[in-house]
Amino acid sequence: MTETYSLNFIDYAIMAIYFAFVLGIGWLLKKYMKSSEQFLEGGKSIPAWITGLAFISANLGALEVFGMGASGAKYGMLTYHFYLIGAIPGMIFLGIFMMPFYYGSKARSVPEYLKLRFDEKTRGFNAFAFAIMTIFASGISMFALARLLEVLLHWNFHFSLIASAVIVLAYTYLGGLKSAIYNEVLQFFLIVAGMTPLVIIGLNDVGGLSGLKDSLGIVATGKGFQPDAWLHTWHYLGSGKSNPMGVEWFGMFMGLGFVLGCGYWCTNFLVVQRGMAANSMSAARRTPLIGAIPKMFIPLVVVVPGMIAAALMLMPDKGFQLVGGNQSDYNMIIPSMLVHYYPNGLLGLGITALMASFMSGMAGNVTAFNTVFTYDIYQSYINKGKSDKHYLQVGQFATIFGVAVSILTAYVAASFNNIMDFLQLIFAFVNAPLFATFIIGMFWKRATGNGAFWGLIAGTFAAAVHHGLTLAEGKGAWITQMHEYPSGMAQSFWTAIFAFAACFIVTVVVSLLTRQLKSKDDLTGLVYSLTPRIKDEPGIPWFERPVALAVVVGVISIVLTILLW
Amino acid sequence: MGEDIRLPIGSLFTILGAILAIYGAVTTNSSIYSASLGMNVNVWTGLGMLVFGIWFLFMVWKKKKASLKK
Repeated sequence: MTETYSLNFIDYAIMAIYFAFVLGIGWLLKKYMKSSEQFLEGGKSIPAWITGLAFISANLGALEVFGMGASGAKYGMLTYHFYLIGAIPGMIFLGIFMMPFYYGSKARSVPEYLKLRFDEKTRGFNAFAFAIMTIFASGISMFALARLLEVLLHWNFHFSLIASAVIVLAYTYLGGLKSAIYNEVLQFFLIVAGMTPLVIIGLNDVGGLSGLKDSLGIVATGKGFQPDAWLHTWHYLGSGKSNPMGVEWFGMFMGLGFVLGCGYWCTNFLVVQRGMAANSMSAARRTPLIGAIPKMFIPLVVVVPGMIAAALMLMPDKGFQLVGGNQSDYNMIIPSMLVHYYPNGLLGLGITALMASFMSGMAGNVTAFNTVFTYDIYQSYINKGKSDKHYLQVGQFATIFGVAVSILTAYVAASFNNIMDFLQLIFAFVNAPLFATFIIGMFWKRATGNGAFWGLIAGTFAAAVHHGLTLAEGKGAWITQMHEYPSGMAQSFWTAIFAFAACFIVTVVVSLLTRQLKSKDDLTGLVYSLTPRIKDEPGIPWFERPVALAVVVGVISIVLTILLW
Repeated sequence: MGEDIRLPIGSLFTILGAILAIYGAVTTNSSIYSASLGMNVNVWTGLGMLVFGIWFLFMVWKKKKASLKK
């Protein structure tokens, strides 16, 4: 049986109204875009609750939503690790310790911080890798959206690709970072509104929570696990063999929690940039902490649908099928559930929410790219010392250029799948050691530019070698096989641990062997021990104090961890 | 400031919520709801979005009133 659904005038009306608002926001913000700071940095004028929602929304692109839905079906509650251990410690660390260095220093981007703290070559390495990565990510989003609309609604692939590129270009070109942030907040609410009914209908369909548990028990025993393996987070992490994710507690805690989680949330300019656009130091520090609260509950609308789908697949009489014909392509779970359950009206809303989340994923990458390109590549290597007006124009040009290259990337992705997998792997190697460089740089004033640079190179190299020596799910071991992991996820967590360790050791050793070229004055505001402590203004309520907020976030996350143990 | 993000968000949710709720009310007992197990999800989602949108607009209005008093 195939699903029968088609959009009607109400669905199209909802889409049209949404896009009119998106473009309207860009249009209204246009008059503020008079300087490069306004365009690329949002003018440091945005309240904390907005930057906080944009902070998590920038990471709630459709690819993440689909990936988490797929993960919910494959691993059940284990997916929650990405929202607790994989996110919360990193967000607290950013808000309490790292944001003061980003917001308080003259740095306008993460690579620029590396230039101020270390040296030019460390910045260059990070800036180029990041610029290429963002364009690549935005191209992948475009490709995935166009492919989805082709499969789901039979829209023309080229039309969807170009139309989505034009819309993203229009609102980021008009309103810069601020426009991207505002649209991310809009998208956040739209995703919640569009996905919540799915969970309610789906749960009803599979017999409520107890029905879902029973079905997931059948799924688990069918794959040779304990019946409740899909329902716990830490309980079965004693060994990688007793849980479907194939990860053991140390790899989870150190690999995902410490190296990858903290590394992503604390050093990825795409998310950090949202905090740097806040209207005060306190607001910048509260950005990740405010974002952390909804973050812990997002799985209810993105992971739970995946778990429901796993149950539905056991019940052939429900007629649930993955669209696109490939019944093992779990990334199609969320769109397939939308068309399975939603009547016209809500269907338009759900598809609009998915399109919104694809586009905000692209816009987030494009706005991070144009900032790094303008400040860290153009102003540093191509054309120094020009007027601000010139850099504003370069920023606008970089936006067009970024979207154009994304379109190209999307077409490459359409024809060469392997190249994309390969690039993704390279980026993983480059990113894995970054957190070591930042943590040493921020807490050890003796760390030198040469130490940081060679540490990063060593960490990237270690990641590549580790991947070359280990095998998981048929991937890796291109040098020779020394070890086999139970899953690709375990392999990538351990790759990160090795990269971090190599980067840490080499940075320390090379720093001790080389001279510190930065004076005490240079490092003030960039290193913890040389930076005056920030005091909260007297008389502000507790929920505007970053440390108090961090405690609340910490307590909620611990309670959730125990409840879901 | 001059721009308050709650205005566009509130307006969009109010408009979309109203459209969904009205469309849902008009199509009560329609066969389109067999997909959603007979639940009229358009009405419920629409009303939810409408309440949220009006709440946002109310906050914008309250802020405007407070700043006018000053």
